[in-house]
Amino acid sequence: MEICKVFFHLSVSVILSPLQNYPLYIRSVPSQSELKFHYTVHTSLDVVEEKISTAGKAMAEQRELYLGLLYPTEDYKVYGYVTNSKVKFVIVVDSSNTSLRDNEIRSMFRKLHNSFTDVMCNPFYNPGDPIQSRAMFTMVSGLKSDKCGWLV
Amino acid sequence: MEPHEEKPIIYTMENKPIVTCAGDQTLFTALYSMLAQQLPREPMEWRRSYGRAPKMIHLEANFVQFKEELLPKEGNKALLTFPFLHIYWTDCCDTETYKATVKEDMQRWQNVLRLHGSTDWLIVVVESDGKKKNKTNILPRTSIMDKIRNDFCNKQSDRCVALSDPLRDSSRSQESWNSFLTKLRTLLLMSFTKNLGRFEDDMRTLREKRTEPGWSFCDYFMVQEELAFVFEMLQQYEDALVQYDELDALFTQYVLNFGAGDGANWLGSFCQPVRSWNGLLLRRPIDMEKRELIQRGEASLLDLRSYLFSRQCTLLIFLQRPWEVTQRALELLHNCVQELRLLEVSVLQGALDCWVFLSCLEVLHRIEGCCDRSQLEANFSHTVGLWTYATEKLKSLGYMCGLVSENGPNSEELNRTVDLLAGLGAERPETVNSLQSPYKKLKEALSSVEAFEKHYLELSHAALEMYRAIGRLRSARLVGKSLAEFYMRKGDPQTAQTFLLDSLKSYTAEGWSLPVTHTRKQIAQCQKQLQQTEDYLQTSALLASDANLTDEERKHYCQEILTFANQASEDKDQRMALSMSAFAQLRELRFRPATATVHVGASLQLELRLCGLMPVPVRLEQLAASVHFTLEQPGARPGLAGSQRRPGVSPDGTVTFPATSPSYGSPQSSAAPALELYEMQDRSPSDNALNSTGVVCKNVHLLLRGNDSTSSLDTPSASASALTMEDGAQMLKTNDVTLLPGNNSIVFTAPSMKPGTYTLRQLCATVGRVQFVLPHIYPIVQYDVYSQEPQLTIEPFTESLLAGLPQRVKFTIVTGHYTVKKGDALQLSNSPSMPILHSSSCSARILSSTGELVGESALSIQASEKVTSISLPVTPPYHTLEFQLEVLCHIPSSSVRAESERLTNGEIRHRPKSRTRYNSGMASIDQKVSIDCPWSIYSILISLTFYTPFRAKHSLLSAGKRKYIQVCLQNVSDTNFRLANQTLVECQPTPSLELLSLNAKAHQLVYSKQCMYSLWEMKWSSELPPCLQCVFAASFSPAEAPDSALKPYSYEFQLERVSTLYSMKAEIQPAVGEQQCRAGTLCRLEVSITRLTEPSESEREDEEATESESLRTTKLMYEVVDNSSNWAVCGKSSGLVSMPVAAMATHKVQMEVMPLFAGKLPFPSIKVFKYLPHSALPMTQPDTDSCLENDNLSLLDKGLEDQADTASIRSRGSIHSLGSGEQQQPRGVPMPRLEPFSPGQVFNCSLARQVLVLPSTDDHVLEINVT
Repeated sequence: MEICKVFFHLSVSVILSPLQNYPLYIRSVPSQSELKFHYTVHTSLDVVEEKISTAGKAMAEQRELYLGLLYPTEDYKVYGYVTNSKVKFVIVVDSSNTSLRDNEIRSMFRKLHNSFTDVMCNPFYNPGDPIQSRAMFTMVSGLKSDKCGWLV
Repeated sequence: MEPHEEKPIIYTMENKPIVTCAGDQTLFTALYSMLAQQLPREPMEWRRSYGRAPKMIHLEANFVQFKEELLPKEGNKALLTFPFLHIYWTDCCDTETYKATVKEDMQRWQNVLRLHGSTDWLIVVVESDGKKKNKTNILPRTSIMDKIRNDFCNKQSDRCVALSDPLRDSSRSQESWNSFLTKLRTLLLMSFTKNLGRFEDDMRTLREKRTEPGWSFCDYFMVQEELAFVFEMLQQYEDALVQYDELDALFTQYVLNFGAGDGANWLGSFCQPVRSWNGLLLRRPIDMEKRELIQRGEASLLDLRSYLFSRQCTLLIFLQRPWEVTQRALELLHNCVQELRLLEVSVLQGALDCWVFLSCLEVLHRIEGCCDRSQLEANFSHTVGLWTYATEKLKSLGYMCGLVSENGPNSEELNRTVDLLAGLGAERPETVNSLQSPYKKLKEALSSVEAFEKHYLELSHAALEMYRAIGRLRSARLVGKSLAEFYMRKGDPQTAQTFLLDSLKSYTAEGWSLPVTHTRKQIAQCQKQLQQTEDYLQTSALLASDANLTDEERKHYCQEILTFANQASEDKDQRMALSMSAFAQLRELRFRPATATVHVGASLQLELRLCGLMPVPVRLEQLAASVHFTLEQPGARPGLAGSQRRPGVSPDGTVTFPATSPSYGSPQSSAAPALELYEMQDRSPSDNALNSTGVVCKNVHLLLRGNDSTSSLDTPSASASALTMEDGAQMLKTNDVTLLPGNNSIVFTAPSMKPGTYTLRQLCATVGRVQFVLPHIYPIVQYDVYSQEPQLTIEPFTESLLAGLPQRVKFTIVTGHYTVKKGDALQLSNSPSMPILHSSSCSARILSSTGELVGESALSIQASEKVTSISLPVTPPYHTLEFQLEVLCHIPSSSVRAESERLTNGEIRHRPKSRTRYNSGMASIDQKVSIDCPWSIYSILISLTFYTPFRAKHSLLSAGKRKYIQVCLQNVSDTNFRLANQTLVECQPTPSLELLSLNAKAHQLVYSKQCMYSLWEMKWSSELPPCLQCVFAASFSPAEAPDSALKPYSYEFQLERVSTLYSMKAEIQPAVGEQQCRAGTLCRLEVSITRLTEPSESEREDEEATESESLRTTKLMYEVVDNSSNWAVCGKSSGLVSMPVAAMATHKVQMEVMPLFAGKLPFPSIKVFKYLPHSALPMTQPDTDSCLENDNLSLLDKGLEDQADTASIRSRGSIHSLGSGEQQQPRGVPMPRLEPFSPGQVFNCSLARQVLVLPSTDDHVLEINVT
C-alpha cells in the first residue's frame, strides 16, 4: 500500500479566468478532499498575483510563463503558470511525490496551456464559461498517467 | 586527536588557522602583536582548484608555540587543529652562534616536520641594526641567510625570509615587513590549497564508497563538516554553506531512495522512533549535543535535520540572508514531516506538531533577534508562512488535546497532553531565563483551555494582520475561516459568523463554488445557533438549491424552511420575506399576444417560466406579481399598437432573463454581467418618421461598476432583510401552485381595464409564513393597454398619384373605441379640381385588430353638388375598415407670364386647396380633402399629392424670315402614354397669322422619361404682332387604355418679338494675291449686317434711335469671338455700328484675322447686341438721380466708347466684363448698356460656316496633333 501512495499522488489542475480569478476549470485527480484543494488553490492566488505584479515586467520580457513553486504546504506543492493574457494555471501535487522535477511540472503546464488553447479555439466555447471539454478531461487524466508510467 | 581536546577550540567561534612558531620565542613575542595586526590588513587572492572562482581573502592566523603534539598524527583528518604553517624565528647574526646553536635547533625542527610530512614551513631571520652596531665585526646578514638557505632550503629559496628592523618606523623596515607579510600570506594560501585539496580528495574518496556496506553517513558527515568548519574559519561562509547543503542533499537523496525501496543500512539508525521533539535550536553557533549524537551514530532524523539546519541558519545569518532562513525553515519543516512519513518512523501523535510549532517560533525568534522592526515589517511575506504554520500546528494540538471544546479535555486527551509535554524534555539552558520562549509558550498553551485560547488567538491574529499588511487577503480570509471554526467550537457563533461572512464575500465574488457552499454551511450553523431565523432560512434556501450538496443535505435545508413555513404563528401578519433567487428563478416570461399591447378590455395572458431550485416539489399558496400602473399619457403613441418594439422582448413576445446561479455568484452575474444591448429608434412625434437609430447598452451602470463593489447585489443573505413587498399595487395572482424542481410554467391573466402602461415589479411566492420575493424584475417587463381614438387615413393605392387620370385611393378607418353604427357616414366636401368618381361596385372590408378579415359589405355612396356621402357598414370597436375610391385631379394649365421665358413649365396658378410643387422633376399638386366623420364634430383635412405626368417646353426657330414654333412634351412619370390630337392655337386669333402643323401622326406613344416634339410653321400676311400667346393642347391616356380614356392636357405660352430684324453675314478672304487662306497669314474678315424690316410701330416709339443727319439710326455693337482658339483677331474685335432704321440698310465691318491652324476652320462667332446709351437707362431702370446723368452725358459717352474697345481687346469676347464692370460701378453713375436681341431677331447667315486654311508654306516643321 505504501508504494501505491507514490503512484497515487494527488494532482489538481486549475485554470483561472484572467481578471476575476474564478475557476474556468478545476479538477482534482482523484476527487477526494476536493474542498481542501479549492481552498488551497484559492489562497494560492495571493501568491500568483504577488508574483505577477512584482516580477511582472521581468517575466514579460523573458516570456517566462512559469511562476514556479507558489508555496509549499505540509502536504502539497502548489505551482503556478500565467499566460500572456493573464489566464492562470495552478497545479497542486502531493508533497510526497518527490520525484517530480521542475521540468516535468513545466511540461505539465505546457500541456495544460495547449489544451486550453484548443478549448479557446473551439467556436462553440464561450470565453469565460466553465470549461467542459472532453479533450481537456482526457488530457488532465493523461497528465497523471504519464507520470505514473514514468515512475513505474 | 581526542574529542575533549577539540571541544574548547570549536566552542569559540574565534577560530583562526594555526601557525606554529619555533626558534626564538622572545623575538616572536616582541613581533607578535605587530604581526597579528598586519596580517589581515590586505586581502590576498586565493586561487582554487577544480575551477572554482578565485577569491579575495583576508588572512588571519592563530600563532602558537611549536610543539610536536600539534602535528597531526597519521590518519587524523581533523582540519581545524591542523597547523597550516610552521615558522622558525631567529635573529642570529653571527656565524658562530648560528653554527653553535641555531643550526642545530633548526635541524631538529626540520626533522620533526619531515617526520610528519609537513612541508609548509618558513624560516624568518630578523635583522636589527642595534645588534649590528654592537658587533661590527660580524659577517654581513646575507651570509647567514645564505647559510640557512644552503643548509635547509635546497631548492626552495623562498622558504627563508629576512625581516629587517621590524620594530623601527622606517621605510626600509616597512618595506621589509610588506615583503615578509606577502610571503607569509602566499605560503599560508599555498598550504591551504594543498592541505584542503588533499582533504577534499580524501573526502571524495570516502563519499564514493557510500555504496559499500558499512559506510556510515555520520562518519562522512563529520569529515565534510570539518571542511565546512575550515571554510567558516576562513570566513568563507558561502563555501561552508555549500558543504552543509551537499550533506543535506545527500541525505535527502538517501531518504528518497529509501522511499523507493532502496534502503541503506545506515539509514536504519535514523528510523528509530522519535522520542524527543523539542524543536530546532538556533541560539548556539554549534549544537554540540546534537553533533555528538551524530558523531556517535545515535542521532534521530529530527536530530540530524535540526543540527544541519542550525548550522545552515548560522551561516546564512553570517551571510546576511535572514529571509532565506525563513524560507528554508518552512521547507525543512514540511520536508521533515514528509520524510518521517516516508521512512515510517513511529511518532507519537501530535509530537510532530509540537516539534514544528517550536521550530517555527524558534526560527522567528532567531530572525527577530538579528533584524530590526522595520526590516521585519517589510518582510512579512517571508515570515508569515511560519506564523501560519505555527498557528495551524497549535490549532491541531489544541483539537487533539481537547482544548478547543467547550467542556475542556477529557482524560484521554489529558494523557495525550502529558505524553506530548514529556517529549519536550527540559527547557534548554539558553532560554530558561527568558520570559517568552517557544518552549514556555507551548507548555503554557497546552496547560489550560484559557491559555490555549490566548496563545492561539495571538498567533492567528498576528498571521492575519501580516497577511493583510502584505495584501494577501485570500490567505488572511483562510486564517479567518480557521478562526471561525475555532470560535464555533468554542460556542461563539457570533464572532465566527463575522469571519465566515467575510470569507464568503471573497469566494462569492470570485466564483468559487465549493468553498462558497462549505462556508455557507458553516454560516447556516452559526445562524441557527444564534437564532437569526430570517438569515438562517435565507441561507437554508441557498443551500437547498446548491448543486454541490448531496440530495439529503439539500432536502434537509429545504425541510428547515418548510417546517418553519408551516408553523402556526399567533401573529398572522408576520411573514418572513426571503429572496427568491435561491428558491426559484425566473427564466422566461411570455406575452400572449406577443406584442404585449392590447386595447382596453382585451385579454392578455402572461406565461411565467419559473425554474424551481428546491430539491422537492413545493406547494405555493400563492404566486403573485405586483404590477405598477402608469396612466397613459394623453396623445402618447395613439395608434401605434404593436408597431413599437419593446426592448428585451423578442418578436414572439418572450422576455428572457439572464440565468444566474443562486448559490454563488456565477462569473456572469457577479463579476461581469452580460451586455444587454437593445436597438433604439427615435421617431419624430409628428409623422413617425425615423430620425435616428442606434444600439443602446442598458446595463452600463452594472458593467462599469467597480469590481470591488460587486458584492452588494450578490449576497442575498445580506440583502434579505431589505426585501419588502410593495403594497397597494395591482397584482397578478395565481393560487395553489406546486412548484416542481426544474421548469414550471405558470399562466396569469393580466388586468387590462384602464389604458396605460403596466410594469411588472416584483414576484412573490408565498409558502405558509414564508414569502419568497424577487424584489426587481429585470430586464423591465411592461405591457400596454391602450384606448384608441378613431382614425381615418387616406393613402394612394399605387405608389404615387398622377394628376389628370383617375386614381385609386384607399380609405382606412381604425375604429378605436368608437363603434360604427348604422347610418354613420363620411361626408366628403367636393372640390372642383378633384372630383370623386364613384362606381357602384365599391365594397368595404372589416378587419379585426389582429388583421383578420371579419366581414365585407357594399358601400353606398351618394353624391350631391357639394358633398359626397359614404355610408359606412356597422363595425365593432378596435377594428379596421378599408375601402377604395377613385378620384381625379385636374391638371392645372400652365400660366403665361408677362415676359417670355424660354422654359415655361406648368407654373403656379393658385387655386383654393391645391398647391403645386416641384418634386424630383415632377410637378406635384397637393389636394386637400375635407371630411366630416361621425365620431367627431370637426372636419378632418387630408392632403393627397398628385404628380403632373408631363413637362412642356417651347422654342422659336427661324430660317431667314421664316418662323417655326416647336413644342417639346416630356413624359416625367413612370407610365407610358399615348398622345393624340396635338394642336397649337392662338389665344386671341390674329387673322393674318396662320399656324401650319408639320406633324404627321395623330397618335403617338410617349414612353416614360422620353420627349415628343411637335412643330408648327408660322405664316403671316401682314405685320406680326409683337406678342403672341399660344396654347398647346393634346389628349393623353395610358398607353394601354382605350380611346375613350383620353384626357386633355394643355400648355400655354407666349412669344415676343418674333420677326427677324437683322441678317448678318460673314466672309473670310485670303490675303491679297493668295488663292487660299494660309495658317499664320492674315486674312480679311468682312461682316455685313443688313436690316430686313421697316421699323415697326412699336419700334418707332420706344426703341433707342437717335436722330442724326435726318436719318434715324440704331447703335449696334458687334463682337468677334473665337472661343476655340482657331483664330487670332488682329486689331479691334468689337465695335459699334450705327444702323439706319430702314429696310435693306447694310453695314459692313472689316477686320483682320489670322488662322492659327490649317484645315477646315469654323468661322469665329460674331455676336450683335443692342447698344443702349445711358440716356436710355431711366427707361428700363428708373433712377432717382437722373439730374446727375445729364450733366455727365457727353463726357462719359466719349470715354466709354474707347473703354468698350479696349476692354474687348483685353479680354476676347467678354461682354460680361463690360456688364460686370457696369454692375460694379457705384450706383448713380449712368452707364451705357448692352442688351441681347431676342433669338429670332438676328439671323446669322454664316452660322456654322467653315473656311479651308492651308498650312503655311514656309513651315519647316510639320505639326501633328494627336488627339
